[in-house]
Amino acid sequence: MEEKRIKVLIAKPGLDGHDRGAKVIALALKEAGMEVVYSGLHKTIDQIVNMAIQEDVDVIGLSIMSGAHIPLTRKLMEKLKEKGIQDKKVFVGGVIPSKDIKLLKEMGVEGVFPGGTPIDDVIEAIKASVKK
Amino acid sequence: MSSARYIKNEKDQILDVILESGIHVKPVYTPKDLEEIGFSYEEDLGDPGKYPFTRGIHPLGYRSRAWTTRQYTGFGTPKETNERFKFMISHGQTGLNVAFDLPTQMGYDSDDPMAEGEVGRVGMAVDTIRDFEIAFEGIALDRIGVGLTINAVASIILAMFQAVAEKYGYDPKTVSATPQNDILKEMIGRGAWIFPVEHGVRLVGDIIEYSMKVMPKTNPVSVCGYHIRESGATPAQEIAYAFLIAFAYIDNVCKRGYDPDEFVGGITFNFNVFGNMWEQIAKFRAARKLWARLLRERYNVKKERNLFLRGIFGGGGYGLTKAQPENNIVRGAYYALVAALSGAQTTALCSYDEAYTIPTPHSALISLRTLQILMDEAGLRDTVDPLAGSYFIETLTKQMEEKILEEMEKIEKYGGIIKAVSEGYIQRMLARQAYEIERAIERGELLKVGVNIYVEGEPKEVQLHEYNEESARMQIESLREIRRTRSSSEVKRTLKELEKATRDGKNVMPYLLECCKAYCTLGEMTNVFREIFGEFQEPSLF
Repeated sequence: MEEKRIKVLIAKPGLDGHDRGAKVIALALKEAGMEVVYSGLHKTIDQIVNMAIQEDVDVIGLSIMSGAHIPLTRKLMEKLKEKGIQDKKVFVGGVIPSKDIKLLKEMGVEGVFPGGTPIDDVIEAIKASVKK
Repeated sequence: MSSARYIKNEKDQILDVILESGIHVKPVYTPKDLEEIGFSYEEDLGDPGKYPFTRGIHPLGYRSRAWTTRQYTGFGTPKETNERFKFMISHGQTGLNVAFDLPTQMGYDSDDPMAEGEVGRVGMAVDTIRDFEIAFEGIALDRIGVGLTINAVASIILAMFQAVAEKYGYDPKTVSATPQNDILKEMIGRGAWIFPVEHGVRLVGDIIEYSMKVMPKTNPVSVCGYHIRESGATPAQEIAYAFLIAFAYIDNVCKRGYDPDEFVGGITFNFNVFGNMWEQIAKFRAARKLWARLLRERYNVKKERNLFLRGIFGGGGYGLTKAQPENNIVRGAYYALVAALSGAQTTALCSYDEAYTIPTPHSALISLRTLQILMDEAGLRDTVDPLAGSYFIETLTKQMEEKILEEMEKIEKYGGIIKAVSEGYIQRMLARQAYEIERAIERGELLKVGVNIYVEGEPKEVQLHEYNEESARMQIESLREIRRTRSSSEVKRTLKELEKATRDGKNVMPYLLECCKAYCTLGEMTNVFREIFGEFQEPSLF
């Protein structure tokens, strides 16, 4: 039986415009057979949550390079709860110090990909999370 | 990182080397290679300081003056940044390059909901001229050139800089600022754009036009191949796109009725230094030569001085790794060597901890010392363009020249740089290239020490800069204090005049200067532009 295609929103929240990593991941997930929606830059958490609802994605991947990953992710997790869609799997990638990974996971983030994470690890983690 | 591709046999002998720009490197170069490319000393090189400036723009190079060192600096409040400026200067840094936080770069005040979590994080927070008064207190603005890494709101920040210089008693004619002011590259990479392309380019033009009249020692633009390269471009594309962007700005100012000779001398560049070192050195030498030649051919520029390719060659951010971070100190030293062998007028290095966060004073100082060691210990000031005449370097320089021209032609065939950026043509291409590079690293085709060879397992912990939320709170408090105490009628009046001038298509700079003096906030001034210009709509990429 053919597996359902995983649908992912790759999102750039906040003001950070460094999008090389987000684009590389978007292309990688597409090549891995997933359906990918890319938010574009400078999106608010509200805009990202609305996109996730409209596009009915399974996974939201936040890409944050500025260091503001804690407040932005916290806000996203709260909004998802508020909208009753906390079943969406959330991943965070970017410049993330190792000491913050635990905190992000405690917020309900499925996986964290600091710079240097192999692309295939990202693909596998997303696949595994959706199968759960 | 090996940026070149190496074809090897099973004994680890190299059979072929393919540089990023597509050039194959031969095992040995001889006088025959120079013959084959029709090398001529007079036409291809000339003496240093002589057209076409391949060997450098100064006859005596670093003998007459060492490079300017300008580490990218700024965080938290203006007071903290001022202390760091003074720290770097006290250790021998000769220029400044100001890092602004993201709300400032995007035109939001520190108390705007959009700024939440970002105030003072990746750079200094700026809301009003008060912040510049603090940041530049005690800095000799007539002696220290100041790079302002600001793009979408460069007009506002430059006006603020002029206002503060005047306030501290400097004649604007004597201060040398370099606002980055390159909006087209923000749309390709880095992403700190606000307004649509045509309005963005108009503001760039306003700054160039204003600077030539009011602040003639200011370099109104620093066109950044740098971030284009960071986004996945080859060295040839880096130079090609930067030149086309520079031409777009020149065209805007020419349309206002100026002769290129009146202003092109103020256009400077920011180029990257990571990658295969020979390819980078050839890139810089080819770029100097091409820039001079193209300005003559396309714009009939006559004054020799205006043909100089000036700029900052440095950084190297993409080449640095998170794994084994101390290795980045060594990489930085090689990148700096490349910059020195290429005759950089100004330089800076990304610090070894920047794959984690913004630098600590310790890591910033190591970068500065790396640059100083080259100039004061290693002998890089001895003679100009020491690699000139090398069979290999001269062949490669000529080949790079051709590759750069080919890349320019591709974009011109597509319909020009404005179209290529507006429609996302370049962005799509670079995203694809960046993806291919990551995959090649993972397959081990491009070697990266500590990443795919000589791996050590668990990363070492390094001492990192800590974001201070208290700074953000203090910044917001000080902004509120200004809002309470300034003359609101002056604010209203100057903003209204700015609005009218913007709508009427006048040069906005004199109006921004009045706004700054009245303590209008960055957000208030940006909102005037936002209302009139709207916002850039990112082309869809996937």
